[in-house]
Amino acid sequence: MAENGKARTLFEKVWQPHIVREQSDDTPAVLYIDLHLVHEVTSPQAFSMLRERGLKVRRPDLTIGTMDHSTPTTPRNDLGVIPVADAMASKQLDTFAKNCEDFGIPMYALGDEHQGIVHVIGPEKGLTQPGMTIVCGDSHTSTHGAFGALAFGIGTSELGHVLATQTLLQNKPKTMAVNVAGRLGAGVTAKDIILAVIAKIGIGGGTGRVFEYRGEAIRSLSMEGRMTVCNMSIEGGARAGMVAPDDTTYEYIAGREHAPSGAEWDAAVARWRDLPSDEGAVFDKEITIHADELTPMITYGTNPGMGMPITAAVPAPEDESDYNRKIALDKALTYMDLAPGQRLLGQAIDVVFIGSCTNSRITDLRQAADFIKGRKVAEGLRMMVVPGSQQVKAQAESEGLDAIFREAGAEWREAGCSMCIAMNGDQLQPGQYAVSTSNRNFEGRQGKGGRTFLASPLTAAASAVAGVVTDPRAMMTGLSQGEG
Amino acid sequence: MEKLSHIQGTIVPIPVNDIDTDQIIPARFLKVTDKVGLGKAAFCDWRYGEDGETPNPDFILNKVEYQGAAVLVAGDNFGCGSSREHAPWALLGAGFKAVVSTDFADIFRNNALKNGLLPIAVDADTQQQLFSLAEEDPRAAVQINVETQTLTLPDGRKVSFPLDGFSKYCLLNGVDQLGYLLALDDEVREFEAKNPQRVVTTA
Repeated sequence: MAENGKARTLFEKVWQPHIVREQSDDTPAVLYIDLHLVHEVTSPQAFSMLRERGLKVRRPDLTIGTMDHSTPTTPRNDLGVIPVADAMASKQLDTFAKNCEDFGIPMYALGDEHQGIVHVIGPEKGLTQPGMTIVCGDSHTSTHGAFGALAFGIGTSELGHVLATQTLLQNKPKTMAVNVAGRLGAGVTAKDIILAVIAKIGIGGGTGRVFEYRGEAIRSLSMEGRMTVCNMSIEGGARAGMVAPDDTTYEYIAGREHAPSGAEWDAAVARWRDLPSDEGAVFDKEITIHADELTPMITYGTNPGMGMPITAAVPAPEDESDYNRKIALDKALTYMDLAPGQRLLGQAIDVVFIGSCTNSRITDLRQAADFIKGRKVAEGLRMMVVPGSQQVKAQAESEGLDAIFREAGAEWREAGCSMCIAMNGDQLQPGQYAVSTSNRNFEGRQGKGGRTFLASPLTAAASAVAGVVTDPRAMMTGLSQGEG
Repeated sequence: MEKLSHIQGTIVPIPVNDIDTDQIIPARFLKVTDKVGLGKAAFCDWRYGEDGETPNPDFILNKVEYQGAAVLVAGDNFGCGSSREHAPWALLGAGFKAVVSTDFADIFRNNALKNGLLPIAVDADTQQQLFSLAEEDPRAAVQINVETQTLTLPDGRKVSFPLDGFSKYCLLNGVDQLGYLLALDDEVREFEAKNPQRVVTTA
């Protein structure tokens, strides 16, 4: 309901109740944080700072840790342990375990049945709930906005601020409505929506803003699909991305470990139902894309904004009027070793990676497995399937998805960030091409000299079977309405 | 944090748009548990050859005439991508005290300011002028005044840049922002008394 007659956005309804001290001319707002997720890579220097200053973690009961970035995804040994071969990674993981223990923070260690990518386990355990403020030292924290939470990535200094005070200094961001009208066609998924949005606005298009994804296509998405969309908000430069909670949200949360129950559940849902933006609420900016016009998307360049319909041709630098952008495109095509005007369909690839905090949840794996069932991975191509968490892995195995992937010739791995970040042993070799369901195609992101085409799990699966970049729609029989 | 009021030094141009934090410091260097030695790895994949050690002679940071530059001038939208604070740590480690661009990614800007690395947003004309200046004369120096929020070009022209008041106060006085938050303990307690916690991770 509009308060005091003024229509408010979802963002404003989450932001305002978390203000400990209002923004002034001299100081940013002080924002209270409901949940702080920590992992091994961006936290050690913050814990060191706490020790140096003799500070405690103020609210370990609002903090949770998991190991994900530098963890190997190789198989367990005979003792059921996932061995860490890299000495530096091993030291980092040990440091993290000690920090969590010393400061009383619950943590899921490598090998634990609840370990996984930080943005997979938050929602999975019911910790991510509508109306909350959530931060993590990771830019893809925007994922949690799928539940109508205000969730964003922070640096290590800010991580120290939250550990010590449970608050953050923040200037109030602006808002931007991203309307996705209509319905997705068959073979077109949540990943294609967000790649299309970023291609439209560019990777700096959302700087200083919080997106709210709206419209029929967003409402029709599963929670996993909404997480995929919100996850890549940062690739559009946005501080965060949000989707208003609805029955799909409540059904996903109900019954999870940290979800409210009984009378508390009813009270929580009643509160959450007030969160969606009021009719007439004004956004600082609005854009609209039409889901029914979307095709599967793919990136051709070295940032996520360099995306296009999979059937399109790679753009030519000489057609770019802006000088800096012309140079950027030329540099990207040189790195990718692609020619202007070239079509990506049919482009040979070496690796297919299905995983990452963008696309490693159960519905992603089901889509890929459905597609690949009864088919084989092309000869000479490496396909890695990396579930986002041990819980996703167990669920997939109970459904027999692991067997489908293995029979097709794909690798079924342990949970973690894996080849999305290439700091854990999983990486491309120089010059290799990959179709990847992850979120970044920056130079060297998936391994020094590696070349990444970002796409959906369906496009990745189709490309794995064909051995070349492939439009999944060309290989789908009995086409059904797109989802995910 | 040390006080930062003035910067004077030469400039090095990297006229590339959208320089992401994976270029500033690749993820494989993020296995550290401290901040030591990251400067050597700044722009590693552009700066060194296949072996990761042999300097690439074409890359500007390896050119003799640009050694010791204090100010990096980059293309639009500097610091996009990952939230890694290792990016400003690496730039500081490489000797930079300020980065000039037309725009900065939000998290990079926050991280930089908390470490005394000054992000200076200028208009596209000034950016292009700095590119040309630095390319023509590697000894061309600029002066930056934090108090007046001005960048002075070698020809004496002054350009002002935005800087939020709180960050400015912290830079000029050499104080970090945590002290301010710690002093609000009573207000935080009051907030917590009024707002029941949403989840209990330790339960």
